[in-house]
Amino acid sequence: MSAAEGDLLHTVDADNISDSRIRLGKLLLWGSVVLMFGLFAIQALFDAGAISFGFENWRPVLFGYFIWALALCVSRVLIYGEQGKRSLFVLPAALFVISMVVFPLVFALWISFSDWNLASLTGRKFNGLDNVRQMMSDPFYWNALYNMLIYTVVILIEYAIAFGLALVLNANIVGRKFWRVTFLLPLMLSPVAVSWMIGKSMLEIRFGPISRFVRWLGWENPSFFSSPELAKFMIMAMDAWTFIPFMMIMILAGLQAMPKEVLEAAEVDGATPWQRFWEVTFPLMLPVSITAVMIRIIFKLKLADIIINVTSGGPGGATDSVTSFIFREYRDRSNVGYGTLLAIVYLVIIVIFMTVVLKISDRIVRRATGAG
Amino acid sequence: MMTAISTDDYDRRQRLRWWTMRVALYGVLIIWAVVCLFPIFWTLTTSFKVARNVMQGDIIPWLEFTPSWLGWRSLGLSPDTISNISTVREEFLKRFFNSTIISVSASALAVGLGSLAAYGLSRFSYRFGFMRNSDISFFFLSQLILPPVVLALPFLVLYKELALLDTRVGMIAIYTLMVLPIVIWIMRDQFASVPVELEEAALVDGLSIWGVFVRIVMPLVLPGMVAAFILSLVLCWNEYFFAALLTATDAKTLPVMIASQTGSQGINWWSMAALSAAGILPLVFIGILLEKHIIKGMTAGAVK
Repeated sequence: MSAAEGDLLHTVDADNISDSRIRLGKLLLWGSVVLMFGLFAIQALFDAGAISFGFENWRPVLFGYFIWALALCVSRVLIYGEQGKRSLFVLPAALFVISMVVFPLVFALWISFSDWNLASLTGRKFNGLDNVRQMMSDPFYWNALYNMLIYTVVILIEYAIAFGLALVLNANIVGRKFWRVTFLLPLMLSPVAVSWMIGKSMLEIRFGPISRFVRWLGWENPSFFSSPELAKFMIMAMDAWTFIPFMMIMILAGLQAMPKEVLEAAEVDGATPWQRFWEVTFPLMLPVSITAVMIRIIFKLKLADIIINVTSGGPGGATDSVTSFIFREYRDRSNVGYGTLLAIVYLVIIVIFMTVVLKISDRIVRRATGAG
Repeated sequence: MMTAISTDDYDRRQRLRWWTMRVALYGVLIIWAVVCLFPIFWTLTTSFKVARNVMQGDIIPWLEFTPSWLGWRSLGLSPDTISNISTVREEFLKRFFNSTIISVSASALAVGLGSLAAYGLSRFSYRFGFMRNSDISFFFLSQLILPPVVLALPFLVLYKELALLDTRVGMIAIYTLMVLPIVIWIMRDQFASVPVELEEAALVDGLSIWGVFVRIVMPLVLPGMVAAFILSLVLCWNEYFFAALLTATDAKTLPVMIASQTGSQGINWWSMAALSAAGILPLVFIGILLEKHIIKGMTAGAVK
């Protein structure tokens, strides 16, 4: 990685880098490369049974990677001087993410076409497209994907509630800070605690306060997790409870940054509050809203904790999200191959879905703001 | 005469409308505050109930039931057991410290790595193969949409081979990865608000770029870094999925401990409530005390 022309911050470099320094840098870099691959080769051969000496586990290879990463950073400075120091800003994070994401992703592709039961001793068995075939005929996976779609669409309702609350908080009220802190609190709580507090305790059929309340309202025998629709709704409600504050805060920030003059002008022109909202506030809030909804969708696609802890997917997979389904799939059969394939297919679907959503939302914003 | 009456009438109607608006406004506020606070209140009070109170569904302490230390005693955290030796308390404290160490180190690491990367990307232009600055930024931020489940099983296998399964270091690494895109997102916004002229002046005065970063830029964006740190802290503290998969005994975090108790038959309501309450209270305090920073972190980059 090298710093090129066009920097925002210009520096004057007066480096005299001697040849020996450059040679030292290169030596360091290539030495560490040899070390890392040497360790890797030894361990790979040892693992395959080709040689008799090796390490207990792959950790030395990891240390080899660290040494290489460090040598790479140092050699940047040695070879390129001041220019090299700039790359040190991005290099650590880039190396970290590459080692933690790109490498595992490649590895995931490798294991997704295999039958690998971690509990058995046979180890990994390549099984071609068997996993794909299994996925095609797995009704629970498609059901989980369908559930995710519903969970995602419901974000629009969450968004409407969040917008309403933001408007209320933005109104002229006493003790705004108190209300804001109160409304923010659910976001602080861990989904696991929420699933116990609400899912297990407050919705308990016999003496949970919510059950008592609905019984008082006239529903004789409340059971929140026996019918598929209701169970799905309860999961969505709990998830919404934790994440509505998030969208609310973002929209509130947008409302507070909105120029007051525009609303006043609309008022002078005789627009009713209803018109003022739909013609002025809402279009102006569209960019913030879309950012908030996008981030919300991203978090929603990761939804698992509450489902795992409250219903574990039941009844009959009605509340399953993809993540919770794969989690159980692994827990029950400890087969990493099939689960990984499902996860990778999910990732592909997400990437396509998010690209489409981003394109559409971009168009909506442009049309609303009249920029194109 | 006529006009006076009609303005009076108009006034009254206006006042009526104003009052209706006020009542509706505060009605919404109070209802939603109850929705937000009641579960927390319920958990806190349940931890002070005995079986009879739970069965009867008593809600208001002192009025409907007499608080008892039953739940906290079972955790070994009540006043009369705090000095005794308690295995449950030791287990709880171990998980609590695991959670603390893992989330604090992961957040600190993410803020460190993320700030550096965000600063570099906002000031210099890089070329890495075909990737330019915008591509590198996108590469970092796109990690946000990566669902944890994609990485979970490969990590399980890799960590097993690297002997990192069930270690704090392994969890710190994965949590750092999880919050890094969010930190970069926040910090990019922060650095964009620092005028470059300031740094140029410092460079002319003879500081190196790293000197400029540490001595000029960092103090200016410190509030942003704090916001990013706290937001990361909340996310790491609450994380369950990776912890459930990748930890077993040594590095188990608090959410995993809480979750493992709910599965057992015949739940002790009071002790579960005490455990949940102990798990959420630190964050409730953080939420109340540092609300400003959290909001700042969440709204960074969203509002221009």
